[in-house]
Amino acid sequence: MTSELKDDVERIAGSDAEYPITDPRPTDTDGATIPFDVEAIRGDFPILDRTVGSYPLAYLDSANSSQKPQVVVETIDDHYLNHNANVARAMHMLGAEATEAYEGARSRIAGFIGAASSEEVVFTKNASEALNLCAYTLGSTLKPGDEIVISTMEHHSNIVPWQLACERTGATLRWFDVTPDGRLDLEKAAADNLINERTKIVSLVWVSNVLGTLNPVRQIADQAHAVGATMIVDGSQGVPQLPTRVADLGADLLAFTGHKMVGPTGIGVLWGRYDLLSEMPPFLGGGEMIEVVRMTGSTYAAPPHRFEAGTPPIAQAVGLAAAADYLETIGMDAIADHEQVITGYALQALQAVDGLTVLGPTELDATGRPVGRGGAISFTLDGKYGPIHPHDVAQFLDSRGVAVRGGHHCARPLHEAYGIQSSTRASFYLYTTTAEIDQLVDALAYTKAFFDK
Amino acid sequence: MSMDVEEMYQEIILDHYRAKHFSGLRDPYQAEVHHVNPSCGDEVTLRVHLTGGKIDDVSYDGQGCSISQASTSVMAGLVRDKSIDETLGLHDEFLAMMQSQGSVDSLGQNADELEDDLEDGIAFLGVAKFPARVKCALLGWSALKDAVIRAQADQGASQPNESEKVIS
Repeated sequence: MTSELKDDVERIAGSDAEYPITDPRPTDTDGATIPFDVEAIRGDFPILDRTVGSYPLAYLDSANSSQKPQVVVETIDDHYLNHNANVARAMHMLGAEATEAYEGARSRIAGFIGAASSEEVVFTKNASEALNLCAYTLGSTLKPGDEIVISTMEHHSNIVPWQLACERTGATLRWFDVTPDGRLDLEKAAADNLINERTKIVSLVWVSNVLGTLNPVRQIADQAHAVGATMIVDGSQGVPQLPTRVADLGADLLAFTGHKMVGPTGIGVLWGRYDLLSEMPPFLGGGEMIEVVRMTGSTYAAPPHRFEAGTPPIAQAVGLAAAADYLETIGMDAIADHEQVITGYALQALQAVDGLTVLGPTELDATGRPVGRGGAISFTLDGKYGPIHPHDVAQFLDSRGVAVRGGHHCARPLHEAYGIQSSTRASFYLYTTTAEIDQLVDALAYTKAFFDK
Repeated sequence: MSMDVEEMYQEIILDHYRAKHFSGLRDPYQAEVHHVNPSCGDEVTLRVHLTGGKIDDVSYDGQGCSISQASTSVMAGLVRDKSIDETLGLHDEFLAMMQSQGSVDSLGQNADELEDDLEDGIAFLGVAKFPARVKCALLGWSALKDAVIRAQADQGASQPNESEKVIS
């Protein structure tokens, strides 16, 4: 980190600055009908009982991929063992059951995010594919002079598809910068007239996978809509953590992924307003997405099937529906609040580690919960002989049972903006305990002592 | 596996990490390469200067973990004044050691013979037990091989040969 920016980060972290961020989460967290019992929840995740050498596993890498409760795995098993067939085209009992399970999953996910109908839910293979779908289809109408707006804190999957769209069409890519304390630089964006009459698409991350920052999506969506632009939201980190109501979020399209919300890998979701989806051209061609195919040309199915070429991820959709059911049984309000409590605890505990600098917002409110951020905490660690590289930190934490991610977390431009090559990230979920945070802090002290020898 | 972490980070490795040998980019050189490990972002820019069929200088500037940085430091000292054939032979020996999963028996050499050839490089034998870190240890060596081959091809050319490579 450059010393100048680092000074800024430290100055702002220590100040009482009020951020102009409106937290979209409901303020009433008493809605959860079942009391939040982390130990009971952990009982649903057999993998959390594993040990690493003589240490209990502390899985602090859920922003990378979450663990799966038994019920999700069993639901997938049951599907394969008792109901497996292809969907929509098999004229037999199992085909009907598989189709019902797959379309039922679509309906469950629609309910989970408050979609107007299940036809607004497109299954993809992951969030990256959902964002690429947007970039190809919406991008196909762009022309030179048109502008796409993203931000420096995007995951590569919300940068590269837009760079490719710009290469194909001659459109211009612009972006929100980040402030030293890890917020979108809204003042600079306003001064630069970032969102203007040339803006056709705004694609923004809801919750940063590196900084944890909760972005003011609604406010930016309103700005986008005021100039007639389409608002796309990358909800990969947000949907697993926060109660999601697409109408409140202000997005026209929302991408997220199954494996970060206790669901299986191999499935992602693109939600879109139906009128918008119905105007979008196909993405991938093949079976399932067609209406009539002639050698001279074809017509296409209505959404969502228009965007689902080939045999879809059927068992994965069934597993994802079980994941959504599981999360809803516990209650997304309660899960979000647990994430806040754990993140606040971690931000405080990490202050005890000498040489550790958190990237992103660190402010806590009167209850010890963080302000305007989610549960990914990335940091750098300075030792006596210079920065201790995140790869080395992660290796030493692993030896003490603590699983974190080290590297650029698929957000190289963001790290570059902070003048660093990489960082170490701890991230939390509904099964994370304060004991695991303590284990992290102890392991960091051990790591530092080793490298400072 | 994880219990071996302190065994992996041998004192020799830490010494090289704290005080890298022959670090910094120097002139003259016949080839400059830039190698990146995209999974972790580690990178090295490396130059080679050959004189009379020998490695006259290996200079480098890198960013990365202690394993990648120390390995490059050890390598830069080891190949200095060696012939091109010896250098490429050492590369192959180091590569084979890193692919051995930490078992010298598979290499057809005993540990002493390996140490005679690789000197401080033997310290990375423990790293070979950690598959995720093998690429770290190889970053500088792969850059060296690439640069030596380019320098050889371009020896006598007026312009240095420069290239970018991303290892996968």
